[in-house]
Amino acid sequence: MNFGSEISQAFVVCISAIFTQNILLSYFLGLCPFIGVSREVKTSIGLGLAVIFVMTFTVMLNWLAYHYVLAPLNLHFFRFIMFIIIIAAFVQFIEMAIDRFSPVLYQNLGVFLPLITVNCAILGVSLFMVIRDYSFIVTIGYGLGSGIGWFLAIIAMAGIRQRLANERIPKGLQGAGITLIVAGIMALAFIGFTGVLQGQ
Amino acid sequence: MFTTILISVLIISLIAAALAAVLAVSENYLGDYGPCKITINKESELEVRGGKSLLALLSQEKIFIPSACGGRGTCGMCKLKVLEGGGPLLPTEEPFLSDEERDSNVRLSCQVKVRNDIEIQIPDEIFAVQEFKCRCADILELTHDIRQFTFELIEPEKIDFVPGQYVQLFTPAYEKSSEEVYRAYSISSDARNDGKIELIIRLVPNGICTTYCFDYLKEGDEVKLNGPYGDFQLSDTEAPIIFIAGGSGMAPIKSMLHQMVNTDNKRKASYFFGANKVSELFLGDLMKDFESQLADFTYVPVVANPEPEENWDGETGLVTEAVKRQIDDASVCEAYLCGSPGMIDASIAVLKELGMKEENIFYDKFA
Repeated sequence: MNFGSEISQAFVVCISAIFTQNILLSYFLGLCPFIGVSREVKTSIGLGLAVIFVMTFTVMLNWLAYHYVLAPLNLHFFRFIMFIIIIAAFVQFIEMAIDRFSPVLYQNLGVFLPLITVNCAILGVSLFMVIRDYSFIVTIGYGLGSGIGWFLAIIAMAGIRQRLANERIPKGLQGAGITLIVAGIMALAFIGFTGVLQGQ
Repeated sequence: MFTTILISVLIISLIAAALAAVLAVSENYLGDYGPCKITINKESELEVRGGKSLLALLSQEKIFIPSACGGRGTCGMCKLKVLEGGGPLLPTEEPFLSDEERDSNVRLSCQVKVRNDIEIQIPDEIFAVQEFKCRCADILELTHDIRQFTFELIEPEKIDFVPGQYVQLFTPAYEKSSEEVYRAYSISSDARNDGKIELIIRLVPNGICTTYCFDYLKEGDEVKLNGPYGDFQLSDTEAPIIFIAGGSGMAPIKSMLHQMVNTDNKRKASYFFGANKVSELFLGDLMKDFESQLADFTYVPVVANPEPEENWDGETGLVTEAVKRQIDDASVCEAYLCGSPGMIDASIAVLKELGMKEENIFYDKFA
């Protein structure tokens, strides 16, 4: 595959990861922070941006580690541990670096970065990248698209929850209950995109 | 097979070690902000090495800001004013600060990282807070999961506290925890005996500090405490008092009752003490002594679920139900509550139902 067609495939995979293959609403990965941090649009933007950033870069690092370390040594079965170690170390390093060099960005992202270490969507994207045998360029598109898709879902949810805050909701459904129902409805809405684009 | 396992472990270990080394070197370089100056109340200045939280650096300099959660940003107690150099307010601080506090630059000291020179303002009483070196003199088992620990003060030899206040107990790293933590406990002792501090502690399953106290701390061991903290204390009025507590919530109330005896306080007082079983009641004899020493004091133990063989003939049910049965009108009374958030909230609701004004309800809610 030449470079041009790889770029175009990366673009298709990216758009597909945002809409038709949304990591959160199609695969229900990364639900914990999605439910926990979607009360306000402002905080959701912070977490969403951090997810885009971490997802894009960790998927690249994991691709390199998988194809240049694990695959040549025939240690594919170690990818879970390897990916988790790389994600944790990367997040730690990035947190320190942002804190040092960009206090303004740290103010927006810094407090959310540790949360992302345990976000299973990050690990999920790295594992899908292996299963689908993406090239490096396509992997970048996939990581970026998945991050944007997660960002989009949490922003939409935060907007809905901010409106719901002023509505009368039966006591038993308040909090996580109504949030999960809304997530289900949002997932149904995203099913509408199915078939528009096939990125796998 | 064996070779594969060996290579796998080696490769993963090498990668993990390389990443850990990168992080350690990075932290050494990125996490060091050089010498920084902390100006306190425009009077004193501290030279510190930047890179840690304000709470940790002040504690390092023996200025102890109260913090029940040990700096995790979950209790919201370590508030102080940061006048300059604290950076913008963090999302982790926002839930703990009122609009008024935000306007007057109040911050959570555990969340403010010292990166440059900083100017802060802390209440004068914080300077009265000291660190005490103590010896564990006695451990008394009160129930299956509550013990009274008595600490003799070594240095300084005396403590000056107001009944109702609390201290922070230092827990060193031990077998089950590599972390050093401080945890807050109300003082239960008589303030007149200023050479010792008593704490009533309930065992929290897997709790770092309580496991240390119950399983590792022995009589004769040295411990560190700092304090006193808090503004939970008896008011200077003549209003009848309703005390409500459960379990280790007994601690500050016991100290207040000692104070009432010492000052010959003649206020009418009732103490509703809640337990699940009769075996969970404790210090009953001491309460009887208080009844005989105080002018108008009644101790009302309340057992939620007494076993038939326990032959309990006192109050039963929830402590709040007993309050409702015994008090008709609480509008002229004051209440002092100590215990779990659930018990405190339920008690406040009942007391308001009985006509008590919210400003007359004082409480120490377990964080």
